[in-house]
Amino acid sequence: MSMPHSSSSSQSGAPRRSGGGGGGRGYFGRRKTCPFSSPGSPKIDYKDVRLLTRFISERGKIVPSRITAVSAKKQRLLTQAIKRARFLALLPYANERAGA
Amino acid sequence: MPYYESVFIVRQDVPATQVEALATQFADIIRKDGGTVAKTEQWGLRTLAYRIKKNRKGHYVLFNIDAPPAAIDEMERNMRLHEDVLRFLTVRVEELESGPSAMMRRDERGDGERGHDRGDRPHRAPRRNAAPIEEGAST
Repeated sequence: MSMPHSSSSSQSGAPRRSGGGGGGRGYFGRRKTCPFSSPGSPKIDYKDVRLLTRFISERGKIVPSRITAVSAKKQRLLTQAIKRARFLALLPYANERAGA
Repeated sequence: MPYYESVFIVRQDVPATQVEALATQFADIIRKDGGTVAKTEQWGLRTLAYRIKKNRKGHYVLFNIDAPPAAIDEMERNMRLHEDVLRFLTVRVEELESGPSAMMRRDERGDGERGHDRGDRPHRAPRRNAAPIEEGAST
């Protein structure tokens, strides 16, 4: 009973944008898919600030892949891209004011 | 010859014309050492995410380069020496982007620097908090 409930609350947040998002896997509820692995998904690029901000918290920390459902391989690339963007001051290392 | 992408940031109080001059100056170094600059992109004056050497803003310039490593070394050496250059990053890439980079595409959509801290959604954080609260309520 609690299973479907928690999954419905999770729909408010994460991977609605991933193309075939609603494609139900039957009893398992919605299986989250990696937002970078399907064909036609965006390329991970340190210059794409708008994309990268989706994967950092308000504090500026990188969001773990267990929450964003990014695959391990893509998460490594994503981490590298975020760190490059930080070095170029495109993204913050730490966001103080967002802590409130 | 390997491909590179190079981004450098110029101090905020340098006029835009001088930034362009600086860009051509660095591009000339590449050409002199037998490379080519496939594309130069001016991102203009952007707000930095944090201060660098007391600067809150900076002019960003992107190069797409096809050049021998020695040319890259020489360009980076010059960037390091130049006081108006706050920072630079050169990355080797498998292939050069042909169209405008993600940064320019984003600018075309016409949103300013301000909006980039948060996406249009409040990320995952609320959702993560929601689950434990529910559990706590049920027990």
